[in-house]
Amino acid sequence: MSVKTLTVNDRFISAREEETILEAAKDAGIHIPTLCYLEGVSEVGACRLCLVEIAGSNKLQPACVTKVVEGMEVSTNTPRLQQYRRTIVEMLFAEGNHICSVCVANGNCELQDLAIETGMTHVRLEYHFPDRQVDVSHDRFGIDRNRCILCTRCVRVCDEIEGAHTWDMAGRGTNSYVITDLDRPWGTSSTCTSCGKCVNACPTGALFYRGVSVGEMKRDRAKLDFLMTAREKKQWNV
Amino acid sequence: MLNEAISFKFKSSNESLRTAMKKVVIDPVTRIEGHAKISIYLDDAGQVTDARFHVTEFRGFEKFCEGRPLWEMPGITARICGICPVSHLLASAKAGDRILSVTVPPAAAKLRRLMNLGQIIQSHALSFFHLSAPDFLLGMDSDPQSRNLFGLIAAEPELARGGIRLRQFGQEVIEILGGRKIHPSWAVPGGVRAPLSEEGRDRIQKRIPEVRTTILKALERFKQLLQDYEKEAQTFGNFPTLFMGLVTDEGWWEYYDGCIRFVDSGGNIIADRLDPTRYQEFIGEAVEPWSYLKFPYYRPLGYLTQSDRSRLDSGIYRVGPLARLNVCTHIGTPLADKELKEFRDLGGATVLSSFFYHYARLIEILASIERIEMLLNDPELFSDRLRANADINQLEGVGVSEAPRGTLFHHYRVDENGLIQKVNLIIATGQNNLAMNRTVAQIARHFIQGSDIPEGMLNRVEAGIRAFDPCLSCSTHAAGQMPLHIQLIGVDGNIINEVWRVQQ
Repeated sequence: MSVKTLTVNDRFISAREEETILEAAKDAGIHIPTLCYLEGVSEVGACRLCLVEIAGSNKLQPACVTKVVEGMEVSTNTPRLQQYRRTIVEMLFAEGNHICSVCVANGNCELQDLAIETGMTHVRLEYHFPDRQVDVSHDRFGIDRNRCILCTRCVRVCDEIEGAHTWDMAGRGTNSYVITDLDRPWGTSSTCTSCGKCVNACPTGALFYRGVSVGEMKRDRAKLDFLMTAREKKQWNV
Repeated sequence: MLNEAISFKFKSSNESLRTAMKKVVIDPVTRIEGHAKISIYLDDAGQVTDARFHVTEFRGFEKFCEGRPLWEMPGITARICGICPVSHLLASAKAGDRILSVTVPPAAAKLRRLMNLGQIIQSHALSFFHLSAPDFLLGMDSDPQSRNLFGLIAAEPELARGGIRLRQFGQEVIEILGGRKIHPSWAVPGGVRAPLSEEGRDRIQKRIPEVRTTILKALERFKQLLQDYEKEAQTFGNFPTLFMGLVTDEGWWEYYDGCIRFVDSGGNIIADRLDPTRYQEFIGEAVEPWSYLKFPYYRPLGYLTQSDRSRLDSGIYRVGPLARLNVCTHIGTPLADKELKEFRDLGGATVLSSFFYHYARLIEILASIERIEMLLNDPELFSDRLRANADINQLEGVGVSEAPRGTLFHHYRVDENGLIQKVNLIIATGQNNLAMNRTVAQIARHFIQGSDIPEGMLNRVEAGIRAFDPCLSCSTHAAGQMPLHIQLIGVDGNIINEVWRVQQ
């Protein structure tokens, strides 16, 4: 295993060869905003919030899927990046129906946290107010697609950790939406094991425990990481 | 904007030409919660022929809640109002209890009661001290520049400060229980989310002597003022109507549970032990094209149409503090019962003048403080069994509770998964709508003569509405001035007289 050295925001750091810029920065205590990234499952680079500038290239790169290179000069928080990030968050808000004040995840929401972090005082884009479905047919969980940002974390945890692959995507572009089985009501799903990993993975209030009220939805993300670490390190096979 | 407003007024003026010659418009009405305007119709001789209280804002909660999960309803409907969020929270949670078919754990029911008492205190204190006291203590005809809370602070600092602290006490009770003063999403279908800590209990207890002294002083002060306002007491909505409110099984003052009772203007109980969840059997809702606010009426006696205004036995009824004191036999706390007895000496069995809503409000603050004191001594309050868990067991539920302004109904229908299919809300202010309209006409008839519009008259018309403490939405206009525009419009559409008051 060779070690690479690079600079992030003019700071020299070292990283293992197979690490991504995001992991290397995190180890060095440098924060890069993320949304679709979830520790324990694969990266898809879909949300574009972790975009960074790399010296010598005009193209911005997603830190979650870009591997470190020797001598790389990375900037994570330039005015250009700040502006892009804020615009991305605004687009997410305008695309769905996000009403924090009456949301089950109010106060425990990664999208809300990002809006605060990026200084989103208002949305400059026109709201779409899409007509989206709520499914509370499952006896333990519910999904409100109005609050879904299509990060696909639920799809990945269900597929990669639980191995059930109940969740998937349907439709195209802004008309995409997450589905259970072949777009059947969640409560009738024959593949869902009711494990709740998707609910723990969701960054917003889209997936929730049945019966939670406004601001009551709290998640335990560490559980997912705990499961993956235990599995990879074979902690149960002593 | 201005042109639009004027053309709208011409239109409505033309509509009414058949019956009226001139119209006075007060738009917006100030120092109330929400947006409204008043139209007063005059004939050729300058005599008032009709008056209307228009609610000009549209909210749409009943519609956009459709499709939401039942459990979110308390949090969503609490947002209807920033003054009485707790009232909606409780009525909504109670409708949810019904749909889950659960009995709320006793501690949760008591904590909900405690929060509702805090709500009654803070809302009544706001209505009396912040919104209406400037009229009584500075005078109906005093300079409008200083006829507001700040003028009151300058003239009567001790009373004003006491009133502000009284409201703050009510807010603190809500915050200690729900974690925040406004829009706590604390009551849920099945119970409540968080317990009362002993430290929180001590904090509330410590403040009781101070707030009790404040309200007793305010009551004394108000009673002294009554003789100066004899004319207002006689003309501010002083007419026979029915009164409706919740009472306990024994017929005592109630604010959270119990049965519905109707009394008539003679103090006779005309309907009792009505199941509030079957409200549709005894309350009808009429709609008029000129207001977004519905007109509920007592169904057995029918809706009062324009043509039979003078009929006495119509379904017009009033709710709120005055009604609650009129329907109950006792309050059940020593100091408040003493005040109730004195209050009843004003009008015999039933106090009819809406001016006395203010008086009733002060008595209810006192009663609420006494009730809080009693509740805090209940050891069951600290139980950790606070939430009954259940799923959808009925597809329909009605939750009824007493809001500061009167009886509040939340009626939901859900599908088998718990998504809302239909919402019907009957708000206290709506139930006072018929009475508020009649009040405006009564005051206008008494104080308007000819085409001259004295400012003090306008304020009296507004004060007549303020007596009901209407809550039209979450906005308050507690301080300063709202722009006010009054026009007298002649038959030919010409403006005969016009008064402007521009926002400072």
